[in-house]
Amino acid sequence: MKLKSKLLLSCALAVAAASSTPALAQTEIQWWHSMTAVNTEWVNDLAKDFNASQKEYRVVPTFKGSYDESMTAAIAAFRAGSGPHILQVFEVGTATMMASKGAIVPVGKVMKDAGEKFDPSGYVPAVAGYYTAPSGQMLSFPFNSSTTIFYFNKDAFKAAGLDADKAPSTWPEVVAAAAKLKASGHKCPFTTAWQGWTQLESFSAWHNVEFATKQNGLAGLDARMKVNTPLHVRHIENLANMAKQGLFVYKGRGNVPEASFISGECAMINTSSGFYGNVAKNAKFAYGLAPLPYYPDVPGAPQNTVIGGASLWVLAGKKPEEYKGVAKFFSYLSSPEVQSASHKRTGYLPITTASYQLTEKSGFYKEKPGTDVAVTQMIRKVTDKSRGIRLGNYVQIRAIEDEELEQVWSGKKTAKEALDSIVSRGNQLLERFQAANKS
Amino acid sequence: MAAEKRVVFRSAWLPWALLAPQAAVIAVFFYWPAAQTVLQSMQQSDAFGTSVEWIGLQNFANLWDDPTYLASFSTTAIFSILVAGFGITLSLLLAVFADRVVRGTTFYRTLLIWPYAVAPAVAGVLWLFMFSPSIGVVAYALRMVGFEWNHLLNGTQAMALIVMAAVWKQLSYNFLFFVAGLQSIPKSLIEAAAIDGAGPWRRFWTIQFPLLSPTTFFLLVINVVFAFFDTFGIVDAATSGGPGKDTSILVYKVYYDGFKALDLGGSAAQSVVLMVLVVTLTVLQFRFVEKKVNY
Repeated sequence: MKLKSKLLLSCALAVAAASSTPALAQTEIQWWHSMTAVNTEWVNDLAKDFNASQKEYRVVPTFKGSYDESMTAAIAAFRAGSGPHILQVFEVGTATMMASKGAIVPVGKVMKDAGEKFDPSGYVPAVAGYYTAPSGQMLSFPFNSSTTIFYFNKDAFKAAGLDADKAPSTWPEVVAAAAKLKASGHKCPFTTAWQGWTQLESFSAWHNVEFATKQNGLAGLDARMKVNTPLHVRHIENLANMAKQGLFVYKGRGNVPEASFISGECAMINTSSGFYGNVAKNAKFAYGLAPLPYYPDVPGAPQNTVIGGASLWVLAGKKPEEYKGVAKFFSYLSSPEVQSASHKRTGYLPITTASYQLTEKSGFYKEKPGTDVAVTQMIRKVTDKSRGIRLGNYVQIRAIEDEELEQVWSGKKTAKEALDSIVSRGNQLLERFQAANKS
Repeated sequence: MAAEKRVVFRSAWLPWALLAPQAAVIAVFFYWPAAQTVLQSMQQSDAFGTSVEWIGLQNFANLWDDPTYLASFSTTAIFSILVAGFGITLSLLLAVFADRVVRGTTFYRTLLIWPYAVAPAVAGVLWLFMFSPSIGVVAYALRMVGFEWNHLLNGTQAMALIVMAAVWKQLSYNFLFFVAGLQSIPKSLIEAAAIDGAGPWRRFWTIQFPLLSPTTFFLLVINVVFAFFDTFGIVDAATSGGPGKDTSILVYKVYYDGFKALDLGGSAAQSVVLMVLVVTLTVLQFRFVEKKVNY
């Protein structure tokens, strides 16, 4: 009895405390994100500047853990009837968000309902295409986009008697450079981060071959994997041979291998353009940025690379005036000045053509050579094979890519066996996703 | 058998009332989520749960069709046997030694109990740092003596890494129980044996070890449950299930598919399989191993 009355009392107190907070005149917009370190400050500054620019709305950014953690948190919150207005979702979560029709509001609709100007054609095609549904409607707001590029250690190149001003631009040149580096005593001539993203996904778009059917999944949920073509097998075999000779050293999944480039252990690495900030700050050697290597005998190569990074999704079930605030905030983020400043600050891509031109005019690319590599790899006319890769159960497919490629590097499987296995295991997941998300 | 000294409640409702708080806790924190899991294992839904479809046993059929899932049963078996085996043996050894320490007993015990306060994921990261092929202290030392350590590509070494982390994490818990068990053995028994001329080795095997058997049995059950359920944090931090699927134990896949890949139906089905497996194992242990226990 006593316990019960105590409980009641504390409940009453909690209610009293909640209702006694003064009603805010401003409408609050909750924004959950996954930006860490210097990028947290960037996100906070964006919200601060927007909040200072007007009085009606207040954007509140909250860090909710890594990309998958914040997505899980938002899903749990949504199922419990709450959740943020804006959620930052990484590119591999895009298909999941798109399929969750009842849970999201398309960004185009948010803007139109609020009467805000919004022009999807102003975005870089490879970026806009990625977040656009097969119906042509843009579903989420492109925010931080990156792509895969090539970094090399100029000091190590010099020590090996290589031309430090010219990065190897083709895979045969990479092999030759790696051999020279090894001969000069380098223990790890070449490594790669995000092996699935760089060596299979971006590799496919860069050579203008399909990674999956149905325009790599952009055109529908009935897409199926196609990564076991002779070109893919040839590339993975090539890397496996490099691994055998000690020219390519496997350093782990995700972005873990990046540390081995910063420390000087590995002389060349394929990874995200978003790695630039880290290199610029922490590398104790001269470094260079270059486009991804390609095979010169493949017609159409190099084409363009695919994006990584994240976009902002608007969740359903909120009040109309709150959506107005979201639209206002997106308008603010779309201005070329804000976009160009963000691009220079973070190394993420300028996602509108206008902001790219603005950045170019400011002389930024001349000042910091190499920062335009990612941009020029992206700002191209895309083909149906290179527009982007958007698959259901993508997170698991990435894990399968890791698992199978590891078996190749350790010599347990041949390139062909591993790629066949990626295709068959990936297709099972795609079939299941299609069944679970019938429209 | 001597007459049982059993206290019987006269009232019909009092025992139930006294049980109620505990029953409520178990219902809310165990039965309810477990029932939810069973329900979800027969559903297929999108991540946000906006469309839910009943698909019967399809999720289980998918698991059955997945050779990598079946392979992870043997991975899990190896992992659990190693963790429970090494965990119990090492902690028993330490407890017996600690029991014989004359000076600074508290100091030794405190040090040995410390790792229990460490979260599994942190334990995984600690061991990963020591064994990281490029920067790890232990990996470096091993290379000095000519042993190439690379758990990124060597499955056996990756398994060794997570076993070490899991054993280390669970060592304190086992140790605590063994120390308590050893202390509850009457000193007179051991002294009598010593007077009769039994050495420490003999005294341990014929007196202490049999009298410890209830503790050992309890720890066996607890350690198997620990290895099956509580180790996903260690695996996630240390190896992420790799290389290939060499350290992808069942519970790690449950965690991965549910919380990272957002396939709740599939993850729930795996939970149900795991639950059935552990219940069966526990029943078997009680049925067969417990017979060898002297209370």
